[in-house]
Amino acid sequence: MKQIILNRLNANLPNLQKEFSEYKDELTLQVQKSDIVEVCKILKNDSELSFIHCQDVTAIDWAKRKNRFTIVYHLFSLKNKFMLVVKVDVDESECNVDTVSSVWRSANWHEREVYDMYGITFNNHPDLRRMYMPEEFEYHPLRKDFPVLGIPGSLPLPKK
Amino acid sequence: MGLEAKLTQDGFLTTTLDAILAWSRKSSVWPMPMGISCCAIEMMAVGGPKYDIARFGSEVMRFTPRQCDLMIVAGTVTYKMSHVVKKIYDQMPDPKWVIAMGACTSSGGMYRSYPVVQGIDQFLPVDIYLAGCPPRPDNLLNALIQIQEKIGRTKGRDFQNKPLPELNVIQNN
Repeated sequence: MKQIILNRLNANLPNLQKEFSEYKDELTLQVQKSDIVEVCKILKNDSELSFIHCQDVTAIDWAKRKNRFTIVYHLFSLKNKFMLVVKVDVDESECNVDTVSSVWRSANWHEREVYDMYGITFNNHPDLRRMYMPEEFEYHPLRKDFPVLGIPGSLPLPKK
Repeated sequence: MGLEAKLTQDGFLTTTLDAILAWSRKSSVWPMPMGISCCAIEMMAVGGPKYDIARFGSEVMRFTPRQCDLMIVAGTVTYKMSHVVKKIYDQMPDPKWVIAMGACTSSGGMYRSYPVVQGIDQFLPVDIYLAGCPPRPDNLLNALIQIQEKIGRTKGRDFQNKPLPELNVIQNN
């Protein structure tokens, strides 16, 4: 399956910078931030690959690494019964990625969740609002520098 | 029984208004089932025939706060939910009592994290803190009996001249 993905990507995007890795039978494809939408379009629309199911979009905060965040896309191909993980590195200074919600509509809410929890913005997203936390909340709770018990007074309580 | 014997003998009882009010209040506590998470399952078990809260006169779980005098907060209260809980509490007529059922409600429990209110006594006057995760149904019955004892000790003047609570209206929720 790895060979098929490689062939199809090479055929469609010959100059693509990419890196495959495998861990416990799970294939991971690392690409550049600027290429993510193109890659996703091919992964979904190519008739041999057809990763039509975007299971999840999430992120990792590495705290001290140079590229602080990694955005992780879990894709599934019902045709090939194969799961692929696509990863993109993002630096804290340029905390934004192009949205893939134009490719998979389900990515819309997943990306809103990533925005809510990590503060990564998605360019051209149709409706980038917070998913869980209140609209006026100022922090991003799943970042490593956010204290577990929260910041006192940042969430309003009703008067006693 | 004692009451029938007394009534057939004399045809009347002498008591105080405070005593008969407290007695009738405590024998028909109508709970507001504020079931937010898993504690609510144990609360339903209390309503079922095995534990049977009807033995204590509290089988009428009212789903409108206007008819309740005891709020059983059963479950994890998040900061987002706290405004709803408070709003429903404010809609209940006085006098009213609150049971904080379970560890989450009393202290945040195992959810020692940013979205969960670490104890609902930060915004509600709690009468009983009920231990357990979730508490056994008999433990909830015990809490109800404790509340009944507390109600039994009240006097009518305790509730007089109480200022009406300001309803906390939330625009966005």
